[in-house]
Amino acid sequence: MSAPAPILAIDRLRIEYPLADGGVLTAVEGATLSIAPGEIHALVGESGAGKTTIGNAVLGLLEKPGRIASGTIALDGQPFDPQKPGAVRLGRDIGAVFQDPMTSLNPLFTVESQIVETLRAHLPLDRAAARARALELLKAVGIPEPERRLSAYPHQLSGGQRQRVVIACALACEPRLLVADEPTTALDVSIQAQILDLLRGLADERGIGILLVTHNMGVVAQIADTVTIMHRGHIVESGPVAQVLRNPQADYAKALIGAVPRIDIRLDRFPMLDGANQAEAGAARDQLRAKALAVGDPSPGRDVPLLSVDDLCVDYGAGFLAGRGACAFRAVGGVSFEIRRGEVFGLVGESGCGKTTIANVVAGLRAPTGGTIRFDGQVIAGAEAAPRKGKARRAIQMIFQDPYSSLNARMRVGRILAEPILFYELARTRAEAEADVGLLIEAVGLPAEAAQRFPHAFSGGQRQRLSIARALGARPRLIVCDEPTSSLDVSVQAQILNLLKDLRDATGLTLLLISHDLAVIRQMCDRVAVMRAGRIVEMAAAETLFTAPQADYTRQLLSLVPTLERIRGEV
Amino acid sequence: MLALLIARLGQAVLVMLAVSAVAFGMFRFVGDPVSALSRENATVEEKQELREALGLERPVLVQYAGFLGRIVQGDFGISYRNQRPVAALIAERLPATLELVLVATVLSLALGIPLGVLCALKPDGIAARLVQAVSLIGISTPTFVTGIVLILTFAVTLGLLPSFGRGETVQIGPWSTGLLTLSGLKALILPSITLALYQLTLIMRLVRSELIDVLSSDYIRFARARGLSTRHIHFTLALRNALMPVITVTGLQIGSLIAFAIVTETVFQWPGMGLLFIQAVSFSDVPVMAAYLLFVGLLFVLINTAVDLLYALVDPRLRVRS
Repeated sequence: MSAPAPILAIDRLRIEYPLADGGVLTAVEGATLSIAPGEIHALVGESGAGKTTIGNAVLGLLEKPGRIASGTIALDGQPFDPQKPGAVRLGRDIGAVFQDPMTSLNPLFTVESQIVETLRAHLPLDRAAARARALELLKAVGIPEPERRLSAYPHQLSGGQRQRVVIACALACEPRLLVADEPTTALDVSIQAQILDLLRGLADERGIGILLVTHNMGVVAQIADTVTIMHRGHIVESGPVAQVLRNPQADYAKALIGAVPRIDIRLDRFPMLDGANQAEAGAARDQLRAKALAVGDPSPGRDVPLLSVDDLCVDYGAGFLAGRGACAFRAVGGVSFEIRRGEVFGLVGESGCGKTTIANVVAGLRAPTGGTIRFDGQVIAGAEAAPRKGKARRAIQMIFQDPYSSLNARMRVGRILAEPILFYELARTRAEAEADVGLLIEAVGLPAEAAQRFPHAFSGGQRQRLSIARALGARPRLIVCDEPTSSLDVSVQAQILNLLKDLRDATGLTLLLISHDLAVIRQMCDRVAVMRAGRIVEMAAAETLFTAPQADYTRQLLSLVPTLERIRGEV
Repeated sequence: MLALLIARLGQAVLVMLAVSAVAFGMFRFVGDPVSALSRENATVEEKQELREALGLERPVLVQYAGFLGRIVQGDFGISYRNQRPVAALIAERLPATLELVLVATVLSLALGIPLGVLCALKPDGIAARLVQAVSLIGISTPTFVTGIVLILTFAVTLGLLPSFGRGETVQIGPWSTGLLTLSGLKALILPSITLALYQLTLIMRLVRSELIDVLSSDYIRFARARGLSTRHIHFTLALRNALMPVITVTGLQIGSLIAFAIVTETVFQWPGMGLLFIQAVSFSDVPVMAAYLLFVGLLFVLINTAVDLLYALVDPRLRVRS
């Protein structure tokens, strides 16, 4: 990478946030990096590492009261202050692409108006010339039927098309540098692959330098030239992608890369970033298991499936008075599968394929349009199902995706965890329930005093542990996990997935795991069903599915997942 | 758009049927019309005759259908107190109320939106803090107190403006307007300020909080990252997004201003619908009360329908996909 003068050079950058009490929070300390023309430089790290802060600093979008305390940012050798208008102008010299294409575009204005206003803000173009230019840009980013899309509003475009429009806006005035902050995190793998191709093409063909802020190591491996790993505001390691990913030097870099779930081989456990307190948790888990068995019904033998879903159909929007132009949308059509006792069953697919709908029906949050679900031989959903109460409802619990909104912020953790125990009358007295709560907290590896605190005192990973504890409190036999780690950092994800595995082993639980992440599915599941557009396209044992996929769609999905193992230029 | 329109009109008809049923119920439950209409010393036979003449012997549903038939033709009956057709009474009073509400709404929008923008863009400025503090007083003072204080200051002490009535009015066809004469305009000032104050505060606070929300949204960040001018971002992009809920609230507020201008009209002896209603209530003038109820119901339904259609016009997401 001995390139000509770098496009972007950041030198010993230090970014501070003054605190209310007069102190200072240093978000970034001594960060130095440079980007050559045509280079994609990935900035990776976990949340709070300071990677987005650097991106925002370059874009002059530091949130108040954040400020650049020292160090310089230079574009083409010219140092500039992004917060002040000067020779370097945002939008003209530096383009930005943000994470969520659903919210990056103003919903009230057409695509044309948003591109044209960018062009005319920086270039002396009249309306017709700007319009022609906008059309060219849409063609350049590969939007089908660009003439028609010009007059479209953002809501009329799909996620991938919106992200292309965002990139078109960013490219409008031919910037030298593109800052892309998690540009594909909100997209499905197949769309992600297209957008990554587009970005790579822009770097190769136009010589644009790209600062790619991401948490996804697979994305880094697939398109970046250089990678910089950040941890708590500091750069811990930086270098060519192949070298850093294959042979990391810093301890943190090793641990971070080790925690990324692998799609090529299945490991027993995820390597941990820091050793967790496993010893005392074990005893608590044994007690939980005993208690669960005490209330659980004696199994009629392992050959009867715990859950069997038969020809399940769910329609949306077909209700009475559904409003204008309502036609039923079939979210799930004719899905059948069985979950055996004690196994982890995975349901994987892209957004909108109906996997979450199935989770909701199994958990009893939604009634199916057709088909039946049997739990332990009894019909729990479908036409002839009895209302789900008491034991039948207790036996199936759910863990949700977002640990921030799934815990009541106004209740102490102790009360949150005691609620299902008291509701299902699993404890005779409040004191007994509190003892159970203590056990649960211990079992998920949190300190006992957690019960006294409110959910906001916990991090995302800790909250997800609490969600798991809450689900366990009802002494369920099946837990439905809907994207349990999608909003967590990789190292935290590794901990939560390990915890689920351990709990499964220790308490004999059965899990229905729903995820869009094939690597997570591979590491966790015994059997897997791949879904597409409301149907199961392939169902097999996890090892078979990943080593010898049968359906074309499965093969396509597997080939598109960016993984650590496939580094650009090596395959 | 057509499907939306038809669906909304269908709902409007349902609501109006329910309101008319309540209005019909008023006749049956608020006293016996026969005893109200007949002489004090009427015999049982006379009463029975009147009962039959009024059709009160027929089944309830038939009576209700008759009632519906009459209101559809604009026949709301005769006021017990004035012995004049209720429709004529309302037509006479309507212009006064509508003019008052129109001026109050224009006033609250014309002041509320700019003040809201000011408070959102410069939240720490002295002007914004002052406006915020004053608005708190505006929203928490009851209308009659504001009205009385205004009368005391501008009519009694300073003698600048009239304290009651509409002043001189000009008759244009069936409409009597106070907007064309100086005394009519002067008479409008105090009541319209009184009526507008609450709505002004509401709109200001709404614009402020919406704009603050919008300014922290991703698409505004993205607009900044594209290097657009601050002016363009604030006034062309963000303000349009922030005004969406203002449309709904203003629509609903116009409805309640008309329906509940009662207090203001009473304080300023404004010869509008509210005053008519208050007088009707104190004399148990059921036909007037029922007609007022129907009128207010219709007004809310019309305004809500208009707001929904307007919303679809401003927000492309609500338009039917082609």
